[in-house]
Amino acid sequence: MSAAPDLADRDSWFHRNQQTIAPWLFLAPGILFFAVYVIIPIFQSFNLSLYEWDGLGAAEYVGVRNYEDLYWEWVDRDAFYTSLKNNLIWLLMYLLAIPAGLFIALFLNQTVRGIRLYKSLFFFPFVISQVVVGLVFTWFYDPTFGLLNVLLGAVGVPPINVLGNENLVTFGIIFAGLWPQTAYCMILYLTGLNAVDPEQIEAGRLDGARGVRMLWHIILPQLRPATFIAFVVTIIGALRSFDLISIMTQGGPFGSSRVLAFYMFEVALSEYGFRMGYGAAIAVVLFMIMMGFITYFLWSMYREERGY
Amino acid sequence: MFPTPIAKQSRGAQITYQAMLPLALILWLAPLLAVALFSVKPAADFTTANYWGWPSSFDGVANYGKVFLQSDMPRYLLNSVLITVPTVIGAVALSCMTGFALGVYRFRANLWIFFMFVAGNFVPFQILMVPVRDLTLGLGLYNTKTGLVLFHIAFQTGFCTLFMRNFIRALPFELIEAARVEGVSEWRIFWFVVLPLMRPAIAALSVLIFTFIWNDYFWAVVLTQGAESQPVTAGITSFNAQFRAAYHLMSAGSIVAALPPVAMFFLMQKHFIAGLTLGAVK
Repeated sequence: MSAAPDLADRDSWFHRNQQTIAPWLFLAPGILFFAVYVIIPIFQSFNLSLYEWDGLGAAEYVGVRNYEDLYWEWVDRDAFYTSLKNNLIWLLMYLLAIPAGLFIALFLNQTVRGIRLYKSLFFFPFVISQVVVGLVFTWFYDPTFGLLNVLLGAVGVPPINVLGNENLVTFGIIFAGLWPQTAYCMILYLTGLNAVDPEQIEAGRLDGARGVRMLWHIILPQLRPATFIAFVVTIIGALRSFDLISIMTQGGPFGSSRVLAFYMFEVALSEYGFRMGYGAAIAVVLFMIMMGFITYFLWSMYREERGY
Repeated sequence: MFPTPIAKQSRGAQITYQAMLPLALILWLAPLLAVALFSVKPAADFTTANYWGWPSSFDGVANYGKVFLQSDMPRYLLNSVLITVPTVIGAVALSCMTGFALGVYRFRANLWIFFMFVAGNFVPFQILMVPVRDLTLGLGLYNTKTGLVLFHIAFQTGFCTLFMRNFIRALPFELIEAARVEGVSEWRIFWFVVLPLMRPAIAALSVLIFTFIWNDYFWAVVLTQGAESQPVTAGITSFNAQFRAAYHLMSAGSIVAALPPVAMFFLMQKHFIAGLTLGAVK
């Protein structure tokens, strides 16, 4: 491109309004893609949740019956509330990744030889896919040869079939999920710790702050941005949990490890049937729960933006 | 620095720390090390219940050879590459433009469009599942890599826009203003002034998206089936069905499936961490 066209249409309508039009031209392809694949499907799912549809034939309008079925559990006994309860457990337990990540970050925030490699290797679990994490932990829990039971056996505890026990299974899966999530939080905090103001630490030391008090009053306030991001990714990750459940238990035993994300998939797109409308209703419930958090995140970001 | 540098502490503390580091690491990676050990054991060890003992022979070459020569694994790996690479290019290209538009121009809808991208990036996949599957079926792209790529590009644009926009906001705005005073057109400002400065962001985002897409499982299951189009995350389940109870082969397969993002991470570590933690510090 030469500079000539630029000068030639200096007075054209396009040139005069360039700064108004340009952003829309730059946005057009991105917005188009995003609208077609993300924004519009959200509304379509809302609409679909009012229908009964097997994915092939004609859809039949049923009003809010899908939601009634969920609320009273008329279709699948003990599925919806079990999923909801497990989602809550996921949410609460998954947050442990944040203090655990901070703890490891504090442990690794040193300058000894080879520490960079250690940091990378601790980060490792986050990079591998959840499918592999799921497989690895399924074998870890295996009642006949799993490492867990070998260790328990060494201290005289009889073997436990974690993934076969209705009361333990969700915790077992969450523990597997915490592994990569902790690594993620760790790296956030390591970066945050790098940027902590050394003068404030020195000032704190002079004032006699040490250890936990120093951490609480001087370090953590400066790590706020890292903590915020850790909260966002951990909460979203907890509510999105699907891969691990699908790989490790398929929702079992007896549906006791289902969460909404998995239950929805099971209902709409597995061998148990193609109840698309009913699945959409579950998705809407999950969406509303997540929207509560998303709104809060956006609100925080908005206040931050205005602060500039 | 916090906590107090170990170099400033007693000799005993230093030795304890140095000893604890490898121990903690082994403990942390134990589940993975176990799989690595399994993957070099011969089948006989599993029938004789020698799960955790020393391998009776090292069959790593044979096991990994089988994964590559007697299964669909190479096919799945190739599919993963053919899905991941176009997605990275597409999503980064789109978000360079959206990020530029939202980072540089002041117009009323700016923040709303930005929030639309951010919010969309956080929604549960399930709310998109049925309509996106229908759309893909309607386009005749069900069970094709293209169908998966198109969706991934669209969805990743949300996160990428967030990332790019914040990066561009941090660039010196005077550069753009100076170019405008010179009469440079907006497109050329984008191409010649801003894009060269975005290189680190593009690198960081590329490795990040590579990992995200390579590790995707949900959409692979929803939009594809069968070896001709499934990526390795979905393929590994069929692989495991083929080698049911052959733990040495399943372990080797898992390691092969997990390796590419790991390699990517180690090669591009600096960019990867820069990408992941953008915004974690001010």
